[in-house]
Amino acid sequence: MRSWRQILTRAILPSLVLAVLAQPLWAASVADVTETTWQAQLWRFFSFQDASLRYALIGSIMLGLSCGLLGSFIVVRRMALVGDALSHAVLPGVAIGFLWNMTKDPLPIFIGAVLAGLAGTTMVTAITKTTRLKADTALGLVLASFFAVGVCMVTMIQRLPTGNKSGLDKFFFGQVAALGADDIILMSSVTGVAVVLVTLFYKELLLTSFDMGFARSSGLPVAWVHHGLMLLLAAATVIALQAVGVVLVSAMLITPAAAAYLLTDRMHRMLLLASGFGVTAGLMGAFLSFVGPSLPTGPLMVIAASTVFCAAFFFAPKHGIVARWWIHRTSAARTGRENTLKAMYHVWEQGEFRDVGITLKSLAERRRETLDEALRRAQVLATHGQATVRNDVVYFTPAGQQRAAEIVRNHRLWELYLTNSANIAPDHVHEDAEKIEHVLGETVVRQLERRLNYATLDPHGRAIPGPRQIHGVAIPANDGAEDGKAAP
Amino acid sequence: MSTSTKPDCPLEIHDLTVAYHKKPVLWGVDLEVPAGQLIGIIGPNGAGKSTLIKACMGLLPLQSGWVKIFGESLKTAPTRVGYVPQRESVDWDFPVNVMDVVLMGRYGRLGLLRRPSAADRDVARACLDRVKLLPYADRQISNLSGGQQQRVFLARALAQEADLYFMDEPFAGVDAATETAIVAVLRDLRDQGKTLMVVHHDLPTAKEYFDSLLLLNMNVVAFGPTSEVFTADKLQQTYGGRLTILSEVANALGADTSRRG
Repeated sequence: MRSWRQILTRAILPSLVLAVLAQPLWAASVADVTETTWQAQLWRFFSFQDASLRYALIGSIMLGLSCGLLGSFIVVRRMALVGDALSHAVLPGVAIGFLWNMTKDPLPIFIGAVLAGLAGTTMVTAITKTTRLKADTALGLVLASFFAVGVCMVTMIQRLPTGNKSGLDKFFFGQVAALGADDIILMSSVTGVAVVLVTLFYKELLLTSFDMGFARSSGLPVAWVHHGLMLLLAAATVIALQAVGVVLVSAMLITPAAAAYLLTDRMHRMLLLASGFGVTAGLMGAFLSFVGPSLPTGPLMVIAASTVFCAAFFFAPKHGIVARWWIHRTSAARTGRENTLKAMYHVWEQGEFRDVGITLKSLAERRRETLDEALRRAQVLATHGQATVRNDVVYFTPAGQQRAAEIVRNHRLWELYLTNSANIAPDHVHEDAEKIEHVLGETVVRQLERRLNYATLDPHGRAIPGPRQIHGVAIPANDGAEDGKAAP
Repeated sequence: MSTSTKPDCPLEIHDLTVAYHKKPVLWGVDLEVPAGQLIGIIGPNGAGKSTLIKACMGLLPLQSGWVKIFGESLKTAPTRVGYVPQRESVDWDFPVNVMDVVLMGRYGRLGLLRRPSAADRDVARACLDRVKLLPYADRQISNLSGGQQQRVFLARALAQEADLYFMDEPFAGVDAATETAIVAVLRDLRDQGKTLMVVHHDLPTAKEYFDSLLLLNMNVVAFGPTSEVFTADKLQQTYGGRLTILSEVANALGADTSRRG
């Protein structure tokens, strides 16, 4: 057997060395950093000494915050596609902003991009208002044509003698490490303005998003709120461009907000959660892009945001898949236990409540199951404190007896109610009562009893368990079981 | 075109024409609504019932004519108007609870930059109690039945404490018990001297519920006390033939402009 050491030295180590050596090559395009290893990058990341790193982190926080905050409104307003159109439509504006003085000066690019974005959304509105085309078609139309113009312009700038160092190509997929001090000032200002405006006009934003007609009839400045929100959205999109890129920036608007939407039923909580998720995704994307393999920041941020969304999708406490599966499972298990209790009650009732325990055999016969299955059922009850099992005999605990009597009462009350009040034939009511018996609450039971004049017999002539059977009588069965005196 | 300022008249409409895509839906509507009445707006589908109340509240552009609310334009008196929109007009999955929605009725009075106060919350709670939904105040609105959702909208309108109410089919899709409860609240409001304009669908109950009826089919067919207006003749005029020529011309107008546009 060739030794592991040989394999290690001849194959794995060289490839590891190669990988480490190759790292600087990749890293160069990641962070515009020269010759470092990923360990060094990790150190750089967590030491926070590096100015460009600090810019990247602050930038990610700002864009996550503004995108999450404003994205929440476009999600609840069902305008998610508008974000997409907006982000693609800004590209020609970026190019024009650059041409203004042939530098990547953030302010002209910001102004150009916001104007282009607003021109795009105005065009969408114009198309939907003057033609029969609907918003989705108009959005697709404008999005593609603006983006096409933008791609041509950026490519032409790249080919200019001074243009190849323009860094405009970063605008496609984003590079967080390319952020400079000026960018950070701009991003922080826009985010600050967005936070202040959303806080001040939360009430107006909430009502216009929920019910536009009512908002207008109450005299709220609906048009101003709408245009203000669109302007903020355009600004948030543009400040995120540099880091996330034109192609994916709309995902940063939609994904954190969508995850937050799954987790809460209140708008203000959704805003906070979405901002938190946006910041988390931004930081994770920046981190991965810094230390990981050479990949643009935008996709990494979006993958991080999508991971958050997946977590919300599966693990949301109320609406999540896992929660719903769990609720279904536990209620199915509870129904199963209650059906066992009911069968025990029926057997007990047949013996006119004389027997202290129910034999497994009679339970199995009642359920039309094998003895093993009946035993398993009884053991499940035992783990829930509803019965005890001894020598092939099952005994109710007080809690178990109470629940059993309640279930039978619910079943028979409901049958009687359906027969008396809904005029359904007595032989049609059993199936329905089988389901209802497990979900009837005490208040509904009280109402039913009153409606039915405290009837004591169900439509089939069997006694409806009253308070005496449910709470009153002490049963010798259980005492006997605990004393060990019960005989099978 | 004359303008009038009648501060006692809750709603005065003069020569109102409203069009969707150049196709007139309402044509030359004149109306003067007396105060303190429960008024039903009746007419066939597409007669412009919803359009009329939306136009009165300034939700639609007017092609001609004017609307005065207590002698003023809506812009100067929005707090005197309350509104119950159609239930389907909003997304009931929206992340708000019942209390949030009812508080929205206070926003118009609050003005910009002000948050609902404890007093506003008290008003909202009282309104919820009036429609018997107080125990549901913390529920997310999608967890309500259709009738409960309709009552939430009614509570929000009550919270507006308006003098003139517009209600767009408040009985649509609610059960008989809820309908009775809503009618009781509406009559209560009427007895307080408020004026209510209610778009309604069902002719037999219309006769029973309303003090006055507005029979509408592109223009006003008849308006007056229910006993005078609810006649076979007038209903025939509203639902039957007379206006087909008018609507044909309207269709032609719409087709003409869309061909040119």
